[in-house]
Amino acid sequence: MTVLLDLLAAIGRGALGLVSAAGSVAVFGAVALSHVVRPPFYPRLLARQMMEIGYFSLPVVALTAIFSGMVLALQSYTGFARFSAEGAIATVVVLSITRELGPVLAGLMVAGRIGAAIAAELGTMRVTDQIDALTTLSTNPIKYLVVPRLVAATIVLPLLVIVADILGVLGGFIVGVAKLEFNPATYMQRTWEFLEVQDVVSGLVKAAVFGFIIALMGCYQGYHSRGGAQGVGAATTNAVVSASILILTFNYVITELFFAR
Amino acid sequence: MSEAPPKIRIRGLSKAFGAKIVLDSLDLDVPAGRGFVVIGGSGSGKSVLIKCILGLIEPDAGTIEIDGRNVLAMHRSERETVNTRIGMLFQQGALFDSLPVWENVAFGLLARKMMRRAEAKPRAIEILAQVGLGSDVADLYPSELSGGMQKRVALARAIAARPDLIFFDEPTTGLDPIMGAIIDALIVEQVERLGATAFSITHDMASAQRIGNEIAMIHKGKIIWQGPAERIYDSGNPYVDQFVRGKSEGPITMEVRG
Repeated sequence: MTVLLDLLAAIGRGALGLVSAAGSVAVFGAVALSHVVRPPFYPRLLARQMMEIGYFSLPVVALTAIFSGMVLALQSYTGFARFSAEGAIATVVVLSITRELGPVLAGLMVAGRIGAAIAAELGTMRVTDQIDALTTLSTNPIKYLVVPRLVAATIVLPLLVIVADILGVLGGFIVGVAKLEFNPATYMQRTWEFLEVQDVVSGLVKAAVFGFIIALMGCYQGYHSRGGAQGVGAATTNAVVSASILILTFNYVITELFFAR
Repeated sequence: MSEAPPKIRIRGLSKAFGAKIVLDSLDLDVPAGRGFVVIGGSGSGKSVLIKCILGLIEPDAGTIEIDGRNVLAMHRSERETVNTRIGMLFQQGALFDSLPVWENVAFGLLARKMMRRAEAKPRAIEILAQVGLGSDVADLYPSELSGGMQKRVALARAIAARPDLIFFDEPTTGLDPIMGAIIDALIVEQVERLGATAFSITHDMASAQRIGNEIAMIHKGKIIWQGPAERIYDSGNPYVDQFVRGKSEGPITMEVRG
């Protein structure tokens, strides 16, 4: 009996902890958003973050997208050849990439690269009193540290996903033409034929939301880290794990909103 | 000392973290224009006290008046205005490691829009010279400097906006005794030059005597003694006596578990 009660108590504690964490993340995000529209603004910091989050993530996102497009073409060929539907490969590749794989894979890669970096940087600033120092120098740390990262990530993730979409389709095209011996023109025509604006737009909306989530979780975990190097390490792990889970969750929610019939 | 109004007047300041009471209805008057030092052991509440005055920690109860105005009742913008006249030297320096030295020094000037970047750099180099650093360090990053140089840069940052109230959190911690004495001398020189009030917390008695005209001792979240610095070894208070002489025997028992 006591074992059962202990188990229930543990589940209860976990659930309460989760709800309380969700609440404080939401409050943190709302406070940060309220500062987005209020001066002072820091355009130099925003530009630096856009460079850091966007430009320097390009190689990672590009390689992920191109290989995903390639393997997608290869795998769907194996499946579709069994009922002689090879002609649908180009369509499958472009729809999968623009709707799902582009934003989700780019999101997860950037979560690993940028979410971790943000949490580690802010966490170190927290445990070395740099965040307190900002306050004593009449600078709001939310405005100075959090807002530029949130805005930059929300803006550049869709741009990264446009690149991922193009390279993902290119990856499929390379395999389709070089290995599966499709006619290049036919492949491209098939790619465009069934693609709708909404497919691309939904992917870009997802990307913006994922960018916001990545920066929010990185900033939240880093900003609230405690207890030296170990605390910063834990903040970094939590930032990546929570951002990844939230990306997959919101991926479903946004898909449902866009395409539910 | 009672004729001039105090620079800082604290009444009934309390703060607890969970069940642990850190500040226990603390009262303190800090006279204007002098060096004031709060001494106390680790965990006595002195860091929390300084953070409460700076607005970095919200106390549970009490009032903190700076120049006669209760800063705890102020709106954020008002509080930020008060902060513009306050400088702070953190224990570990807390320099921004992503910015070069000169931007660290000029940070407050730039943040408060007191000058543009082009004017701020020569001004930062001037302030660095006041703390004994050459212009060659201006473009270095904090991680490229030794501990003593970082402390000097942090001091330069604290005094850059010509504050009239400066806080020093353990200014000599982590420095060798000679560098500690040099930093203390710089602190005294700069505070006198600005005519500011210096509020320091430390457990280094040599440092406390060098930078303090008046000393108060905090123990278990309360001020248990306050008097002129020259009376510190002759306070008649057994707690102060044990602390300043570093004796293991006495009324203060170190809590092993905080």
